[in-house]
Amino acid sequence: MPKITFIDTADTSRTVETEIGSTVMEAALKNGVPGVEAECGGACACATCHVYVDEEWREKTGAPSPMEEDMLDFGYDVRPNSRLSCQIKVTNDLDGLVVRTPVRQA
Amino acid sequence: MTETIKTDVLIIGAGPCGLFAVFELGLLDVKCHLVDILDKVGGQCAELYPEKPIYDIPGIPEISGHGLVRQLMEQVRPFDPQFHLNEMVVQLDKLGDGGFRAVTDADKVFECKVVVIAAGGGSFQPKRPPMPGIEAYEGKSVFYAVRKMEDFRGKRLVIAGGGDSALDWTLNLQPIAERVTLLHRRDQFRAAPDSVKKMKALVEAGKMDLRLGQVTALEGEGGMLSGVVARPDKGEPYRIDCDTMLPFFGLTMKLGPVADWGIRLEDSLIPVDTAAFETNVPGIFAIGDINTYPGKLKLILSGFHEGALMAQKAYHYVYPDKRLVFQYTTSSTSLQKKLGVA
Repeated sequence: MPKITFIDTADTSRTVETEIGSTVMEAALKNGVPGVEAECGGACACATCHVYVDEEWREKTGAPSPMEEDMLDFGYDVRPNSRLSCQIKVTNDLDGLVVRTPVRQA
Repeated sequence: MTETIKTDVLIIGAGPCGLFAVFELGLLDVKCHLVDILDKVGGQCAELYPEKPIYDIPGIPEISGHGLVRQLMEQVRPFDPQFHLNEMVVQLDKLGDGGFRAVTDADKVFECKVVVIAAGGGSFQPKRPPMPGIEAYEGKSVFYAVRKMEDFRGKRLVIAGGGDSALDWTLNLQPIAERVTLLHRRDQFRAAPDSVKKMKALVEAGKMDLRLGQVTALEGEGGMLSGVVARPDKGEPYRIDCDTMLPFFGLTMKLGPVADWGIRLEDSLIPVDTAAFETNVPGIFAIGDINTYPGKLKLILSGFHEGALMAQKAYHYVYPDKRLVFQYTTSSTSLQKKLGVA
């Protein structure tokens, strides 16, 4: 099972196991990782599962879709490596993925 | 003095559960008025995921949020429910005779026998940018809605956002404001292409400004803004002089005034019994995502079930002297007459 590491703003790192085909947001919620809220439940209809993808992984996670970009407009402190974690599907290629949670969700 | 609307049941929230409650109550000859803060019926189904498929409505393998709302509206049509959209119930008081009096933010007054809270995740309210200290400016120089355009005449406005609200108010306020600056994260907009075109023409003509970036700080004193600081994707932060900011960052769900009505809450949810889904206040029920009880699942189908059981008890508040005989729509001619099919 692929592993994902979440690092919060205090640099606390949490590594969780996840299933292929699920999303990074689901991995956070299932494992009680703080800093990811997912108010809309993963419908790409809010911006409360906002994360920053570690630079080394940006190519593998890819760029946000136009709909995701629209939702990122609602985010707080959005940066070039910002993604909505409900829109990152877990694949074998993402084993070891590192994302950072923002100081607050919008 | 506004006229008081008298009804059997006031339903707070016109999402799927509120709508289906109209059906279950209607079969029992109980009339409903519904109040919803959105400008449309359907709640989250209409606001958050109108085009997304739902797979767990019994007997319907797949339906969109919008489709489900349309079907529910068709289903409740025989009962002629009255909708009060764009309104929020702000006050709820018990009356001496056992009924309730509710007042909306549009000063509409209802008197009813029963209140059903079907408010889902709470009321949709404008999202506040989570900037430290913004509270001090809210209502003084930071506004999330435009009530009266005149209030903004001669002001130096910063309008933040890239959706229809941001663009519409940019275009509407530009002629009367001293200066409008539209501040958006990127040079792409969710708003209608026509509005974007009009905005860009105004920028081109030097009649307003478009700046790219995100607000990071507010500057001012005593709640009055003197400027905002914004940060672009690349490059240095910059300051925009202004006296008013209108942030339009979409909607979020907040429990809202429900918390002030003397109903017991647990973690922003309303505990209910599982026989009738009644709150600790007799005559006030809570169904759908807003309630909680052992084993609760936030599913639309659970909310439907809760509405059906709620109606059985609500009936006795509306008709205290009548006996209720349980009937099936499949076999009861009297129910079929109410549905307009017999």
